Amino acid sequence: MLKKKFGLWKESLRMSVANIWDSKMRSFLTVLGIVIGVTAIIALITIMQSATSAVTEEFTAMGTGRLVVNAGGTALKTGLSAEDLESIRTLPYVQGVSPSVGNTATVKSADAWVEDVTIDGYNEVYFQRNQNLVARGRAISPLDVQSRNHVALLDAAAQKSLFYGKDPLGQTIHINGYAYLIIGTLSDADSSDVMTQAQGSSSDSGRVIIPYTSALTLAGRRNITSLSVYVSDTAYTDQVQTSLKGVLDAAFNYKDDSYKIINMESLLNTMDTMLSMMTMLLVGIASIALLVGGIGIMNMMLVTVSERTAEIGLRKALGAEPGQIQLQFLIESIILSISGGLIGIVLGLGISYIFSVIANLSFAISGMAIVLGVGFSAAVGIGFGWAPARKASALNPIDALRSI
Amino acid sequence: MNDEFFRMTGIVKRYHMGDEWQTVLRGIDLTVVEGDFLSVLGPSGSGKTTLMNIIGCLDTPSEGEYVLKGRVISKQDAKQLAAIRNKEIGFVFQSFQLLPRMDAIRNVELPLIYSGMGEKERWRNAEEMLVRVGLQDKLHHHPNQLSGGQQQRVAIARAMVTNPSILLADEPTGALDQTTGKQVMELFGEINSEGHTIIMITHDLSIAQHARRIVHILDGELMEGEETHA
Repeated sequence: MLKKKFGLWKESLRMSVANIWDSKMRSFLTVLGIVIGVTAIIALITIMQSATSAVTEEFTAMGTGRLVVNAGGTALKTGLSAEDLESIRTLPYVQGVSPSVGNTATVKSADAWVEDVTIDGYNEVYFQRNQNLVARGRAISPLDVQSRNHVALLDAAAQKSLFYGKDPLGQTIHINGYAYLIIGTLSDADSSDVMTQAQGSSSDSGRVIIPYTSALTLAGRRNITSLSVYVSDTAYTDQVQTSLKGVLDAAFNYKDDSYKIINMESLLNTMDTMLSMMTMLLVGIASIALLVGGIGIMNMMLVTVSERTAEIGLRKALGAEPGQIQLQFLIESIILSISGGLIGIVLGLGISYIFSVIANLSFAISGMAIVLGVGFSAAVGIGFGWAPARKASALNPIDALRSI
Repeated sequence: MNDEFFRMTGIVKRYHMGDEWQTVLRGIDLTVVEGDFLSVLGPSGSGKTTLMNIIGCLDTPSEGEYVLKGRVISKQDAKQLAAIRNKEIGFVFQSFQLLPRMDAIRNVELPLIYSGMGEKERWRNAEEMLVRVGLQDKLHHHPNQLSGGQQQRVAIARAMVTNPSILLADEPTGALDQTTGKQVMELFGEINSEGHTIIMITHDLSIAQHARRIVHILDGELMEGEETHA
């Protein structure tokens, strides 16, 4: 029984390939729809996947297990006090707290005078979290923060405008008239922080980082309105968020809208969901091409069946069962659509490779995309080949034989 | 002396032609014994092809009973009919009906694929059959590389490769010249002498005379004919 099936499959395969080969041009035009559909689907999935992984990477670099707090506070209490910070730092599973104080100021060096320089105040935790931030010199230490030291690190733009051609290390700058010792320079790694970019805190005039305590003094403020809370174990992010809420509620007397906590992980999840919804939508649109391709195959198969009516009749006279005739034509349409699918996969991967090179994204062949491509095209072959194959199998052998 | 091969009683076949019913066969009674060589002789339009289709289980009668080797044909489903055609009946057509894309041996092995024989065995049988019809040097020729007589011999090899009980031939010499036609008839004679039943449909008396027995068909009715000297 198995042998019988196998022989039939083999013969059907051979016949199908011969028939498709005999009408190469027609077959090619027929599968073009499938090729276009599968190409579109594969390219979309692969490109969206590398885009997604690029975005995910960026967000992960920013730090999962990080809660960003914007604490505008209330009219009575604008921001968080040092005591509030301390109680947040000592919460369970909190690894560190990094406040940030943003400001702009006029900066003077021995040679230059620059307005609107971004002055960011951070503590040592910020530098621990951004390992490659310091290019030369040293980072801000806990002692600098504690004793409000007037020390600063400059980024490339600030170095250029303030110390063109000179080594800034060990030099002094004046920020709003206060003297600051330059202890280090910043690398460009800092620019990978999407949030910083989004907040627009890096200006053309350059960026200077000083201890946040000094920055508070500079700004004439006492309280912190923006900080990042780092979680020691990402499994406890939700728990930390809850206890953080407790502290903030207490600090702001349970006033509404006095603070906002952004969970980087949930942001990442939202982004992921959005991207995959977008992918699905695009794939849905691309599937229309596949549908059109399927109709093309159905049309060609119907033509083939009527062209080969005599052959069908003969095969029936020789003892072919209706099911065997149906199988033969079904195999032909499946071969047709799968070969279209394979061409589509190759083209789709090629297009997404070119795209990844142009857009500077990582390129990874997605197994799912290939499975989808083959699966879709096989399904189209079966789905749209069914009716013509059925028609062939139902032909009356004498009518078929007479049609010579 | 011989066993009854098939029996037809009161076979009527009507076709729906537009609004009218056309009766093609009007009550055919025919019994064929095993090893018989029967010619059905009749002009075109006499219903002889319809009769052959019914004998060959390609068509079913509107009325009447057809029993082939103990099986009532009207009670078989499509799959069973396919099996009967495959194992019991070998068809030879006027226009040969070879598949143009396949070489001789592939054409001959075709019925064996449907009977589920393994590939090696199929090839051995097909080759053997082609040798028997004298085409040992044409195994891999395609139909368009063969003469009409050679094509008909390929078709006969294909009909006989499953070792069927009956060979059904519809105008087997209709597309051949006289000499080749005669050769084909000699081949039929050989096949018949090996014990295969042959039913041949023709409008040509000289061809019909190669059979042992001739029945005439006219306007859908059979007239028992004469025994020939063949």
